[in-house]
Amino acid sequence: MARKKECIAMLLAGGQGSRLGILTKNIAKPAVPYGGKYRIIDFPLSNCVNSGIDTVGVLTQYQPLELNEYIGNGEPWDLDRSNGGVHILSPYQQIEGSQWYKGTANAIYQNINFIDRYDPEYVVVLSGDHIYKMDYNKMLQFHKEKNAACTIAMLEVPWEEASRFGLMFVDDDGKITDFEEKPKNPKSNKASMGVYMFTWKILRKYLLEDEAREDSSNDFGKDVIPAMHSAKERLFAFAFDGYWKDVGTIDSLWESNLDLLNPKVDLDLNDNNWKIYSRNLASPPHYISPDASVQNSLVAEGCVIEGNVEFSILFADVTIEKGAKVEYSIVMPGTTIKAGATVQYSILAENSLIEENAYIGEKPENMDNLDDWGVAVVGANINVKENAKVLPKEQVAEDKEVK
Amino acid sequence: MRANKIIGIIYSNIYDYALSELTTLRAMSSVPFCSRYRFVDFPLSNFVNCGISKVGIITKSNYQSLMDHVGTGKAWDLSRKREGLYILPPFSESQSTENRGRMEGLAGIKNFLANSKEEYVLFSDCNVICNYDLKKLINFHAKKNSDITIIYKHGIVPNLHNIMLFDHDDDGKINKITIAEKNHGVGDFSTNIILMRKSLLERLLNEAISLNLKSFTLDIIQANLDKLNMYTLECDGFFETVDSLQSYFNISMKLLEPENMKILFNKERPIYTKDRDDMPAIYGLGSNVHNSLIADGCVIDGTVENSIVFRGARIAKGAHIKNCIIMQDSYISENVKLDCVIADKNVVVKPNNVLAGAMTYPVFIGKGITI
Repeated sequence: MARKKECIAMLLAGGQGSRLGILTKNIAKPAVPYGGKYRIIDFPLSNCVNSGIDTVGVLTQYQPLELNEYIGNGEPWDLDRSNGGVHILSPYQQIEGSQWYKGTANAIYQNINFIDRYDPEYVVVLSGDHIYKMDYNKMLQFHKEKNAACTIAMLEVPWEEASRFGLMFVDDDGKITDFEEKPKNPKSNKASMGVYMFTWKILRKYLLEDEAREDSSNDFGKDVIPAMHSAKERLFAFAFDGYWKDVGTIDSLWESNLDLLNPKVDLDLNDNNWKIYSRNLASPPHYISPDASVQNSLVAEGCVIEGNVEFSILFADVTIEKGAKVEYSIVMPGTTIKAGATVQYSILAENSLIEENAYIGEKPENMDNLDDWGVAVVGANINVKENAKVLPKEQVAEDKEVK
Repeated sequence: MRANKIIGIIYSNIYDYALSELTTLRAMSSVPFCSRYRFVDFPLSNFVNCGISKVGIITKSNYQSLMDHVGTGKAWDLSRKREGLYILPPFSESQSTENRGRMEGLAGIKNFLANSKEEYVLFSDCNVICNYDLKKLINFHAKKNSDITIIYKHGIVPNLHNIMLFDHDDDGKINKITIAEKNHGVGDFSTNIILMRKSLLERLLNEAISLNLKSFTLDIIQANLDKLNMYTLECDGFFETVDSLQSYFNISMKLLEPENMKILFNKERPIYTKDRDDMPAIYGLGSNVHNSLIADGCVIDGTVENSIVFRGARIAKGAHIKNCIIMQDSYISENVKLDCVIADKNVVVKPNNVLAGAMTYPVFIGKGITI
């Protein structure tokens, strides 16, 4: 019998992440590499342990193989516990038949038994596609003080970006008075971060009701929260003011990686009080050769660098040969860039091979028409042959030769 | 012979005196090496990579940092219900005393050996830096029907106590064992990686103890050459013995040759170590790094040449370090110039200091010192 927990976390990690294109062809979005040695899911998992939450259910559905293997027994995050710990929760067969997770709320609904085993007072629902460091315990204290049914983490975003978010109207006490979903002309800039703290017995009731409604899309944002709102449940917004970024698109993933090089960005991964944990490879220190030049970049262990690197993020075991040039790019683990190749404004996925004098991506200032410019992406295990060219915005899903 | 029939035994403190600068606060086994490792990572990884699943580490003193480093043995997959990692401190058994040498160390773990069901014992010291495929030794031992097999290296004999020199046939049969004198020069010397049957070890050990003999090397190995079938096998790959601070410095610098790195950190046989969860190294605008090894967690804003920088070390803007070894979490401030310096853990060098040694005499800054 599992022991009672005050608060457990449910991490939604089943989304396909189709906006990440070929980067999520074979892996789930939360398993996408980030920041030189992490994967996106390291952030919510590390936030959980750092906040004192030791029981986490990870809901997986899309391409779970690599994600499941990565999470394993949860040891890198200290989540290998005999009481609690990390649990992978995939859709399963029941006596009435089997069913995929239909929506975020349905995913939690299908795992009510798992949550009930721990008999928690509170459940925090997280998503696996955001980069941020947040103390969920502070949010829980706020939730308790306000005697709320649901507390939603809230971030003030620049007005010009507000139309991309689910927005909230909040009174002086922090109480949510109304919602607005991705409006054309936003009247609020208080955006939902996709972090929900619920009082479990209240959420449980709404999940059962939501499941019974045939017209429901079983989604937290679209169905469950509005239902709670119209039933006049106490909904509160918890203000967060650190770094937070949704890395659901190629551009935002690229930007968020480069944010790590910006000293003005408030995301310190070297903070000993709030470490981000990850499963690591056993690679030796990285080597910078006598001819190499490395400027304003992040370099992980196992790299061998003989070329020129600027404003880039290099993951473990990347090799950059002599005369190769890498600028404003994200190079994922195990990729090799051969002599004379140029890589600019690009994301190269795991174990890709860029051969001699290949030319990938372009600087925006070299474009005739800026509308054609964008980040170039080379998929995992793809080989870009000698002298081949990959255009901005292009996504290379098959080995590419000179045309 | 299968590797899971072998217990690996590591001596964590042998030759501590030879590297006194780095071992005043730690055992030889936990001396930091090559940006992110400790000496013990090499014998442990070599054992594990050939399939050994039971390892005992004989400790004598100063073993807190060792225990902190190896923990439950998780990093080497040695945290197990069956077999796994055993730390064997002095006084660990009722008859044992504080062990001073190999023999007393072994005498103190007689019960550990007796209670192990493995048939063979494989010894290794901690001051030998190598990534060696021990399967070669195991196969050689079986093929030659050898009683005791020892790995040797041909080269300049280390200046350490009781180093055996072998006179051997082409097929490895040892004809004569002599003990090297100081500054012996070139020879075929023992690396103290020794494989033998456990029952033989126990018999020889009991005989030696009953005769009040003190030396494993002299009284168990050398004295029994006539009675036993002893073979020696030449090492290959990167194989270096640390016998002084100078040799620690030289061996570290050898790893700036990419070829040596490739051999020592072979992808087929990784060297494992404890994780620290540092972020990748950050290179600032204007950093200038050449021919250097850098670990995760470093923040580099200055100039680094021909150097080895450990996890969490920071090189500030305007600092210039050359031919240096900068260990974990040390801080080299603005406009400091260092040449041929070994800075131990948590050293702080304040702004504008200049320190220089020579390639043949590196300056050493002890753990936690602020200059």
